[in-house]
Amino acid sequence: MLGLGKKDITLFAVVAVLALFAPFILNPFPAGSSLAQFNAGYPDLMQRFVIFGIFAIGFNILFGLTGYLSFGHAAFLGAGSYSAVWMFKLLSMNVIPAILLSMIVAGLFAVVIGYVSLRRSGIYFSILTLAFAQMSYNLAYSVLTPITNGETGLQVTLDDPRVLGQTATADGGIPVTNLFGLEMRHFTTLELGPWQFQFSVGYYLCAIIMLISFYLAIRIFRSPFGMMLRAVKSNQQRMFYTGLNARPYTLAAFVISGMYAGLAGGLMASMDPLAGAERMQWTASGEVVLMTILGGAGTLIGPVLGAGFIKYFENIFSKINDQILHGWVAWLPDGLEDLVVALIHPFVGKGWHLTLGLMFMLIVIFLPGGLVEGGQRIARSLRRRKSTDDGKSASTEPAE
Amino acid sequence: MGILDVKDVNKRFGGLKALSDVNLSVSENTVHAIIGPNGAGKSTLLNCLVGKLIPDTGSVMFDGQSVLGRKPYEINQMGISRVFQTPEIFGDLTVMENMMIPLFAKRDGVFRLHAIESVSSERGLREQAERMLDDVNMLDKRNMHSASMSRGDKRRLEMAMCLVQEPRLLLLDEPTAGMARADTNNTIDLLKEIKTKRDITMCIIEHDMHVVFSLADRITVLAQGTPLVEDVPENIKGHPKVQEAYLGEAA
Amino acid sequence: MDAVILQILNGLDKGSAYALIALGLTLIFGTLGVVNFAHGALFMIGAFCAVTLNRLLSLSHQVVDETQKDFLGNPLKVDVPYVNDIFGEATGSAIIDWSVPLAILFSIPVMILIGVIMERGLIKHFYRRPHADQILVTFGLAIVLQEIIKQIYGANPIPTPAPDAFTGSFDFGVLLGFDPNAVIYPYWRLIYFAFAAVIIGAVFAFLQFTTFGMVVRAGMADRETVGLLGINIDRKFTIMFGLAAAVAGLAGVMYAPINSPNYHMGMDFLVLSFVVVVVGGMGSLPGAVAAGFLLGVLESFASMNEVKAILPGIDQIIIYLVAIIILLTRPRGLMGRKGVMED
Repeated sequence: MLGLGKKDITLFAVVAVLALFAPFILNPFPAGSSLAQFNAGYPDLMQRFVIFGIFAIGFNILFGLTGYLSFGHAAFLGAGSYSAVWMFKLLSMNVIPAILLSMIVAGLFAVVIGYVSLRRSGIYFSILTLAFAQMSYNLAYSVLTPITNGETGLQVTLDDPRVLGQTATADGGIPVTNLFGLEMRHFTTLELGPWQFQFSVGYYLCAIIMLISFYLAIRIFRSPFGMMLRAVKSNQQRMFYTGLNARPYTLAAFVISGMYAGLAGGLMASMDPLAGAERMQWTASGEVVLMTILGGAGTLIGPVLGAGFIKYFENIFSKINDQILHGWVAWLPDGLEDLVVALIHPFVGKGWHLTLGLMFMLIVIFLPGGLVEGGQRIARSLRRRKSTDDGKSASTEPAE
Repeated sequence: MGILDVKDVNKRFGGLKALSDVNLSVSENTVHAIIGPNGAGKSTLLNCLVGKLIPDTGSVMFDGQSVLGRKPYEINQMGISRVFQTPEIFGDLTVMENMMIPLFAKRDGVFRLHAIESVSSERGLREQAERMLDDVNMLDKRNMHSASMSRGDKRRLEMAMCLVQEPRLLLLDEPTAGMARADTNNTIDLLKEIKTKRDITMCIIEHDMHVVFSLADRITVLAQGTPLVEDVPENIKGHPKVQEAYLGEAA
Repeated sequence: MDAVILQILNGLDKGSAYALIALGLTLIFGTLGVVNFAHGALFMIGAFCAVTLNRLLSLSHQVVDETQKDFLGNPLKVDVPYVNDIFGEATGSAIIDWSVPLAILFSIPVMILIGVIMERGLIKHFYRRPHADQILVTFGLAIVLQEIIKQIYGANPIPTPAPDAFTGSFDFGVLLGFDPNAVIYPYWRLIYFAFAAVIIGAVFAFLQFTTFGMVVRAGMADRETVGLLGINIDRKFTIMFGLAAAVAGLAGVMYAPINSPNYHMGMDFLVLSFVVVVVGGMGSLPGAVAAGFLLGVLESFASMNEVKAILPGIDQIIIYLVAIIILLTRPRGLMGRKGVMED
């Protein structure tokens, strides 16, 4: 089916179910309950999950398959966002042309940067991509201000022409982004007893695009092209002496992953039509590296997991403050309570990045294959236990 | 005119003359061995043939076309495959996947973006790969992770990868280096079998005389960057110049 | 002409910082073969050593001063630093005033300790892992270190002044026959440059003239052979790491008065220092120093108004542009050796 093997179909189905039912899955706690703060089923947050998922899926096509570690992918995310906002300013608030342009612009960017950077490999490649991204970031902040609006960031305004759309709505406001009239920010709330579930147009658009991206990534992984990329990672020398030039393959992978990043940037702008230079900063590049590694580089599901994991915990951890902590450990004696709160305090709220950094180090040290490898190890040990159990029951059978 | 003609090739590394006035002609469908003591310039010569090094002067013609100035992948596309001293395979890939890469290269040339097609639907190529693996007795290992195999198996796989491209000239760089006697004999048998099954020219660089004399149709002796003699194996055995070259090394 | 001299001078202090950080980076890379993304954090921690010592010395208790009255006529409570109690008022305030130079002494053991702990506790286990893993784990460590500093000292820059004696500027213009005030240069920056030169000289002398340095240099040239000679190279590498950490830390201590320390200064400098190392040539010590100064000076030239008028925005990208051009035309950098990090 769909040109996928049986295993891949299952994987795709799981991701599809997770993505489409996310508003339910991520809101397990009744609204108003004390645990409601752990709900993550808000359109805003869910959009971020899937958009970063797309970003990481694309990054993984480059890093996971070829082993080329780019530290400059945020440049494509930023370029995508700027192009999308310009489309909203000049053409119309429809998201389709915006998303298309963001992919094209990011792709062109990637051709240029990739062509130059891929002439080197290893750490030199990382530094070159980093240099290009920092250059773009610095330029976006300074001389490119006419295009990027500098520190303020690029926004849609009431003076924009929007030749195919309207400059302003009937009541004089700025029009909102839409898909042929379907507004991105529109959502309906379903109330089931004390539970509340929100279904937003924007989220479902992102989710469907993410599923398409994921499907394409599976196809790429299973294609001759994907195999070539793994061959590049494995042994470039042998590749060379097999009549193949690695560079066109790596460049193609670079451009594809750049276009994924551009798509993510375009979607970000489609959900909230503004773009700032900080999206291009190297910390943003670092974030997508984190996601991919955390989930499991080179695996299909890894980047999606990593993106969801980081964005979810970022949201939850940064919300926890001392008051909430005190609420949790109120049952402890006073002195101990303060101590426990003081111990946890540095890791939550504004200290989320500390937790993230530690988590990341632990993953690289103990689980280089990321969450996917962790899951596989657990599954393997369970299976082993199960098979020894089976062995026992089998040996006891004849006695009966 | 042989299939491979090396004429007046010179190569210097700084002050060191690695090759001087090398002339060599390999006839089609023969096994030609190049022997010589350490530092005789065997590997330098081989690297000049595959495009890794460019000679300072002279010419290298393969089937009437010059290989000089071409990239290694272009030379491979002309019909020259190379087996390395330590097997160079795609360690992260399975044996079958290792076989598919040269088949894709043969079908698609240097680059073709097959990003959406599925590898598993390439029936024809898979069958070809399986037939080749069967030829080298590795069919049962087709789903093995290639990095986890023994050195002998890696060597077999590498040869299968080269042969499946149906090259006209196969270059072997000390194919039995570091192998135990039994493995060496297996490799000799494998090469003999390959030679009887298909029309192929082989050029072997080798240290081990046992291997050379069991396989070669012609032998060139290289010493200090110059060919000393070129002849059939029977005449090489007792040749005074050859003994001198090897004894010179020992002294 | 005076403008050109001024720009060269302006480039020197930043160039000094680049050179010192890059020196440590390339030392670690050359000897240990590790790409250390946490090296910028060491620079930052050095700067916070200065902050810490300043705060420690300024620790005070309140004393009622009968001679002074506040606006209600009550005796005024004044903070008296403990150092004043110990050394008397004049010496005490001098000590506080000189806290940044004093922090040099304070920071050396601290930085060496941090470096050794880092190497023994983490880096050691990554010698045989791929470079990508090394980059990633030290990147994670850099995040952790900077977040810890942020939690302790807050997110805002902390002004850490140089001793009063160095607050003025030196008028180079007069010395060279230009108008007064044409080429003025703050004393502290001059000191920073001199300090950097001394440190760089010391590191080179150490590597050149001691047996330890000889082994390290041999290790940089050919790790395996030195290992085969039966020299315990591991131990020496640990010390090397401590030394590199100390160099980065000292660069940070002295930089505190130039740029008020903040928690992300390490990362800001790291990205540029990496570029410096690559431009100089991975594993080349003179290359790192030369490239550090070169890029520092180039950066300050590019920020001249005359240059910006011709090439707008050039000041923002000059370093990266130079790095890209050099990497493409001279893959080994200005002074790189063959076989380092080539795959």
